[in-house]
Amino acid sequence: MCGVIGLLIRDRSLEPQLGQMLQGMISALDERGPDSSGIALYANEPIGDDGPAGAVNPVKISLGSDEFVDWVQVGDALTERFGPVADHHRFGPGLVVRVPESLEVEVKGVVTAMWPRIRVLATGMYLRVLKDTGRPIDTCARYGVADWEGYLAVAHTRMATESAVTVLHAHPFVPSRDLCVVHNGSFSNYATVRRSLMADGVQFDSDNDSEVAARYLAMRLSAGDDLEEATRWVMKEMDGFFTLVISTSDAMSVVRDAFACKPAVVAETDRYVAVASEYRALAELPDIATATVFEPQPEEVYTWSR
Amino acid sequence: MESLSCDDLGTRAVNHRLHALTDGERVQVLHPRGRHNLAVGISRQIAVTIDGNAGYFVGGLCGSSDGSGPDIVVNGFVGWSVAENLMGGSVRVRGSASQSAGSSARGGTIVIEGDASLRAGISLKGAKLAIGGDAGAMSGFMAQSGVILIGGNAGHGLGDSLYEAVIYVAGSIASLGSDAVIEEIGDEDLRAVKELVGESGFDHIDATRVTKVVSARQLYHFSTHNHGAY
Repeated sequence: MCGVIGLLIRDRSLEPQLGQMLQGMISALDERGPDSSGIALYANEPIGDDGPAGAVNPVKISLGSDEFVDWVQVGDALTERFGPVADHHRFGPGLVVRVPESLEVEVKGVVTAMWPRIRVLATGMYLRVLKDTGRPIDTCARYGVADWEGYLAVAHTRMATESAVTVLHAHPFVPSRDLCVVHNGSFSNYATVRRSLMADGVQFDSDNDSEVAARYLAMRLSAGDDLEEATRWVMKEMDGFFTLVISTSDAMSVVRDAFACKPAVVAETDRYVAVASEYRALAELPDIATATVFEPQPEEVYTWSR
Repeated sequence: MESLSCDDLGTRAVNHRLHALTDGERVQVLHPRGRHNLAVGISRQIAVTIDGNAGYFVGGLCGSSDGSGPDIVVNGFVGWSVAENLMGGSVRVRGSASQSAGSSARGGTIVIEGDASLRAGISLKGAKLAIGGDAGAMSGFMAQSGVILIGGNAGHGLGDSLYEAVIYVAGSIASLGSDAVIEEIGDEDLRAVKELVGESGFDHIDATRVTKVVSARQLYHFSTHNHGAY
């Protein structure tokens, strides 16, 4: 099964409620994906928070691991190494490090060299990602998702079929800055596509089939496609069943395979656009009674901007 | 009339309460909020109104092999496989239905007042399925027996691998599926369509102007030129 969720806020006055809306949606799809979950939050820097010293628009690097990590020690070591230009805070079971863009590559290099068990889950100007195993409902409660503020969120509740249940196998996959992909379904030709991407130098964090679609999408985008074109290429090249929810720093898309084997429902209002695997996840959203509710048609790419 | 609120009762509790009712009783199910498996497995002749949008399998497995069963009305839209495996009675959806409406239903009548999504009437085994609006792609897939009436337009691949079910379409057909063909309508068809129009209340359908789709019977019969293969 698996559950996919996307929530794009259009009315800024709703941004403080994003977490609450999101937690309700995830809880409704808990039983579609009780193995593990992952949540991506897009938010502007809180007012009054200038980020790490000297950094205008810092890059956020979300870190996670399949094994136990002493994150306090990691944070202290980063502070010691980079000083006040790299700050950090706990996010879910992992850590988010904020650094000036000029330091992104160096910081990632240091992290992976010093702690080989740690992986970069996401990089973004606006995006932070957490992933954890266990019931999504518990994950939401544990990390206070209901209190989050932001303008866009994507989430996934996972019932694994193609690969193991671990933090690093959980969605969303973030193959490039602020680009996020969650997937309900299964791909059949992913090993072939992965081989061809690897031959072009693309690196993978897991053997998850969905990660292949995410990295293929990123490859098309970096080749110059816009989000809609790139998504069409995913439909063309990847065989299998899918509802994909894709997000960038200012837009969200949804696409389903030709047979619409995996469910999706959209609720659109002037104030927000919400996508979920099932209507149950939309039923408690504000103004749902007057929202335009529809199922995305197979092989149609739907895109909404802020 | 008794009211059961989904805010107070779990799905099993709602269904147990429905199963406990006797012929002729009426009941309202409130605040469904897209919940799955509501009003399933009811064999008695009760009237159930679900007041709101419901989830998957609403009204599934209801009715008896003699064609009797509950009359279920949903005042909203429904998820996948509404009235799947229906044996008797009726299920009416005031809104639209998601995929696989009436899948494998053997008896009774299913009425979707709005649109039905992909694969409506898949593997239909004898029930009547009336859709007021459009039907999605691959509707009537491998339908074995029964009638499907589509008041609007039909999507691609209509009646693919059809057996002996008959499909009537008032609007356009995007494309026919493999082994589906259009046949002239006769008096018996006219009677069948008029009856279903009356039952569903779909006055916008002109029974004399529907397109009839049946199986060409080329896929599922053994062909004598294959006898050497056995």
